[in-house]
This record gives sequence, C-alpha cells and structure tokens, in this order.
Amino acid sequence: MKTSGADILWECLVREGVQTVFGLPGGAIMPVYDVMLKYPIHHVLVRHEQGAAHMADGYARASGKVGVAIATSGPGATNLVTGIATAMMDSVPIVCITGQVHAHLIGGDAFQEIDVTGITLPITKHNYLVTRADEVAQVVREAFHIARSGRPGPVLIDICKNAQTEEADFIYPEKVFLPGYHPPSHAPKSVMVKAAELIREAQRPVILAGHGALISRASAELQALAVKTQTPVAMTLLGLGSFPASDPLSLGMMGMHGEAYCNMAIQNADLLIALGMRFDDRVTGNLRTYAPRAKKIHIEIDPSEVHKNVRVDLPMVGDLKTVLADLNPLLDEGDHNEWLEQIAEWRTDSHERDILLWPDDGKLYAVRVIHDIWKATQGEATVTTGVGQHQMWTAQYYPVARPYQLITSGGSGTMGYGLPSALGAWFAHPDRPIWVVDGDGSFQMTQAELSTVVQEGANIKIAIMNNNFLGMVRQWQEFFFESRYSGTPMRGPDFAKIAEAHGIPSRRIMQSDEVQPALEFASQTSGPVVLDFHVEKEEAVYPMVPTGADLDEMIRRPLREADLVSS
Amino acid sequence: MQHTLIALVENKPGVLNRVSSLFRRRNFNIESLNVGRTEKSDISRMTIVVDSQSVEASRVEANLYKLVNVIDVQDVTNQPAVARDLALVKVKSSPEQRAEIANLASIFRGKIVDVAPDSVIVEITGTEDKIESLLELLKPIGVLEMVRTGQVAMVRGNALGVRHTFGAGNNGKQPL
Repeated sequence: MKTSGADILWECLVREGVQTVFGLPGGAIMPVYDVMLKYPIHHVLVRHEQGAAHMADGYARASGKVGVAIATSGPGATNLVTGIATAMMDSVPIVCITGQVHAHLIGGDAFQEIDVTGITLPITKHNYLVTRADEVAQVVREAFHIARSGRPGPVLIDICKNAQTEEADFIYPEKVFLPGYHPPSHAPKSVMVKAAELIREAQRPVILAGHGALISRASAELQALAVKTQTPVAMTLLGLGSFPASDPLSLGMMGMHGEAYCNMAIQNADLLIALGMRFDDRVTGNLRTYAPRAKKIHIEIDPSEVHKNVRVDLPMVGDLKTVLADLNPLLDEGDHNEWLEQIAEWRTDSHERDILLWPDDGKLYAVRVIHDIWKATQGEATVTTGVGQHQMWTAQYYPVARPYQLITSGGSGTMGYGLPSALGAWFAHPDRPIWVVDGDGSFQMTQAELSTVVQEGANIKIAIMNNNFLGMVRQWQEFFFESRYSGTPMRGPDFAKIAEAHGIPSRRIMQSDEVQPALEFASQTSGPVVLDFHVEKEEAVYPMVPTGADLDEMIRRPLREADLVSS
Repeated sequence: MQHTLIALVENKPGVLNRVSSLFRRRNFNIESLNVGRTEKSDISRMTIVVDSQSVEASRVEANLYKLVNVIDVQDVTNQPAVARDLALVKVKSSPEQRAEIANLASIFRGKIVDVAPDSVIVEITGTEDKIESLLELLKPIGVLEMVRTGQVAMVRGNALGVRHTFGAGNNGKQPL
C-alpha cells in the first residue's frame, strides 16, 4: 500500500519507540505536521527551535533514548544549530528533522531555502538530504542507529517538501546496512594483559572518568575497578554521576574549577586510567606539564581521540563497559593507603578554604544557596544548568550520586541550555524532582520556554543565581584583564514578574534568612516555581586554573582565618 | 615525509565534500587528493597524500573513519605499491624547439600530445619525482601552464596497506 512520505516518517518514529518530539512548524514541514495528530506521539511546541534541540538533548541524556527535534526549513533549521553543536560536543544522541524546499527548487534560493546539510555537516555525526518519499524509511532507520550507537551524536534529516507529500510503499527496513560504520566493542586481549600489568605496578593511580562512563552505562564496572584496586576516581564535568560523590574514593571534579586535591592527585599520579574522556583543555591545563610522572591508559570508543591531546602509553579502543568487564577479572586487589592518605591531606587544606564554613553574614552567596538546594532536595533532584559561574558552583556544591543527575552543556558551553534541557529531562522522568540552577545571563537566552513549561504542565523548579553580571566573564576580567568590566554588567528584568506573567509562582530572595522559606515554598508548590536569588555580585569560582597554566597552579580562595569557624 | 592513504568510500552525493570538510575542520594539510571510480559501481576510491610533518597518518585515518560513508582506509606509504601521477604541461616552443622538447619528454617516457604554432603540450605519467625532474628541464624553455591529477596508488600483488585504527574497516586486519 502506498502512503505519503510524511506518514512513513511518523510510522518509523513510532517504531523507534519515540513518545515525545520537540518542535515548531513552518511552511516546508507542514505536510509532516498535518498527519502528526494520527500518531501516538506527543508534540511539544517550543518557542524557539534552539529550545527544541536542547529539549531533545536533555531528554536523551535523562532517558538514555534518542531525542527528537523538528523544525522547518531556513531559519527554523538554523535556529537548531546551536543545540545540534551542543549535542555534538557532548556526544548526545538526537535526531533533528528539518523541512526543506521542494527537491526541484534546491539551489535556486527559494523562500526559506538554506543549505542545512551543508551548515550542519561539521556539527553532526551524520546527516541526510531526503529528496524522495521512498528514501524516508531507510534514512530514519539509519539515523536512529547512527545517533545512538558507538560514540553517540546528533543526526540531521533534511526532508524535501515533495518527499513528504509524495507516496511510496512503506517497507520498514529490519536491518541497517552501513558498510563503513562499525563501532568497536571489545579491545584486544594483548592490551588487556598490558593494562592489568600497568595497574598492578602503579603506586599512585588515579581513574579519570568522563562522559563515556555514563554513555556506556559503565558505572557498576567503574565502581568495581575503583574498589578492587583501591584507586581514587576523578571525574570530568560530564562524568559527574558516574561514581558516587559520597564514596571515599571520589575526588570529585577535575580541571579548571576542579577540587584542588583532585588536580594535585592527577599531577602527582604515576598512572592515569582515563575512561571515556578526551583530555579536553579544560581538564588538562598546560599539556606540556600535565601529569608528568604518570603512565597513561586510555579506554575510548573513538579512535580519533587517542593521542589527540595527550600521548598515552596504552590506548584501548572499545566500548568502555565491555572493556572494563573484560579487564576487571584480570586485576588483583590493590592497596594504596599511603597514596590515599596523601590525598586526604590535600583534601584537608581544601576543606579549610570552603566557603560553607564561613559564618553567616546575612549576605547571599550562590554556593551556599546551591548547597541549601542540595540539602532541601536530599541531594536527589535532577539538576540542569546554564553555563558560567552558577554551572561550576553547581558541579562543586550539588554533589550527585547517579548518572545524568547533573545535566549540563560541557564541551560547547552553551548558555541558555538549562531551562529547555530541564523540560526535556522532565519528559523522560516526570515523577522525579527537577531543578534548573541558572544564571541571570544564561536564563535570559532561552526564557521564552517558560511558556512551554506552563503549556506542558511541567513541574520544574528554577533557581536563578542573579548577580547582574555575566559572572564568569566578569571573573576573568577581574583576574586577567585588570577588572575592566567591559560588556559584563547586566541589568536584568524582574524575574518574579516574568514568572508571574506566565502564571508561575515566584519569590525574590535578597538575604540569607530568606533562603529556607523560599526553598520550602518551592517544595510545597506542586508546579513550576521561579526563585530569583540576588546573590553577591562579585564572587568568584575557586579554585581556578588559568588557561594554559599547570593543572596544580590554581588560584585558591583566600584563606581568611578570622572568618573560619573553629571546628 | 609524505604519507599516502587509500580510502574506499560509498559512491554517494556529497561524500567528497564530507572528506574535504573534515580535512578543513581538523586543520589537516593535504598535498593531493584524487577521487575516482572503482571496479565496484557503488564504491569510489580516494588517494590522499598528507605531509606527516603536519599531521600523523594515523590521525587522518582515525578521523576518516568517523565519516559514516568511509568504508576502508589503508596506509600504503611503506608497502610495495605502484604510485602514479599524470601531468599535462604546456611549454612555450618555437618550431625549432619542438624536437628538443620531444627528446626530453621521451627520455622520461612522456610524449607530445598537442602542437600549436608557439607551444606544445607534453603528457607525462609517473612517480612525482619523475614528473618533477622533467619539469625542472622544461622550466628554462618556458612552462606556460600545468595540470596534475594528484597521486593514485595501488599495492602490488597480495600486499596490504597498514591499518592504524584498531577495529576499523572490514578486512579484519587490525594492528594497533
């Protein structure tokens, strides 16, 4: 039986298990929208397509499934671009479906014709231009397979209007045939033995867990490795949640704003076991002086990441969960008491500088607010963030216990990611508490999605760390540009009124004694809430490794002994 | 040092663009890139020459495999292989000079394929070295125009190119 390309598209999405799509209609995608209502898939109408891509991304991270965003041709598609790049940098499986002008008009600069496959070529794992209805089923099948397998990533399908309206036989392809696509799984035996040897010989080993540990769902194997060999675990921003922050072996986050003791451990290690991470400049600092005494094992699914930034001694290309399952039985039980004691000593110094120990002076410090949110939610909420100081503070002061409990834009650092990704994550787990910790700068980039939140009845709590600055840039200006605050002071709107205009209950919090009542108010309110915390304007994120400095050359929070509570 | 890679890719629209876009994106400097059909209608073959001073061949190979349409990549640099480049060279030539040019060309097994009143076109096939040598001799006479195909290469007999990327490709040869 012949059916339209638009119907074939939805039939395929249903077969892929898609339950929710995020999108915004327009001329070139109208035939797809026209038949949408026939299918058991919920469509979330976004206010800007960037939101659709971030929602699909947040949904994908929270659910472990492929997120789907839909947009029309031209500006609809280009508005997706930031969200696609965000998903690409963080290896998140999303499929973006965009309308395109009629195939015979391509190249003629028709209304809303933009070369979308050209634009998205370097920011997608793969993309397709579909010009005929009979290509739709095969392409959708391949797109989902490519997006979710191997090192995941965004796949874009640009569908010409005629391919949506023309009819073809719907034959669902049971198998995918991609002659050039073979994601690795096991690493060879020979490197296993070598790895076991390096781990056995190490006196001061550190595990570096990245996003790959979450993607590969290797938390159990990671835990087994760490506990068996008594190796402490440092995590990248996106690796947080792969290993419980509460475990004594956890070193927390590494890198530019990582814990000082974590970076000290890495710099003094004699073995780094890097798992599903790519030695980004934000985690290595100066490459020439990075972990100079450490041998390096790199377990990584993408061969192009091997030796890219850091030359390693033993690359193991494969799927992390599979490789660790193969490797763990070969390992002996380890004992690194001396090394762990040394790290504990460094940890004491960090603890003494912790701002949480400062006496309450009535002022609002963002880190304390975030810590209070952690306490109020029993540390169990899923938290999404924008990008900037509030993001780093959340990584530091909202310690997480499970994969994707923290959802944040790492590689591309996309401001505005917090609110839409939270809505996506809410669709994955509507029963779980979800908080957005945002900055006033980030929030304003995608705050239009507040009305989407309301339209969908999503229960999302939003906490804005409002310091009337683009805070992270301001901090860099303070540290590295002689405090010339160029382009960073920001007069924001009254967020409480913006919330009110959407029918969202809200509170403005000006001083420390208002925090608890506000958090209670949020937890007692059944729907969304906006909390506008007017925090100290010129606080900085500590510690900080300046760009290009050695990883253990950190700017530390000044130790103000007079302010310390004697313990 | 130059590295020569052979890539088999799906013969689909846009694949050359994907490959060249990758090189641009990753800042790989390519000495030459040749694309053509193969014995299989659905597969095209690229011969890529990179300067391994600027980028390691293994990195180029690993990145090529990130493209879904790339089926197989081999490094044939140190393998027994035949490598050829073809050049057409338009040389300024008075009627009296033609014999001299024909003579030079024939030493390099090249030939004159077109004669005009004041120029000739020399065709030469061979390794890059050989073509460079002939060019050196033609330059003093006056090279007006030159075009080269870029290198194409094929391993001899049953020899295999090196695959640096573990687990990649179809042929089960997986050195690390």
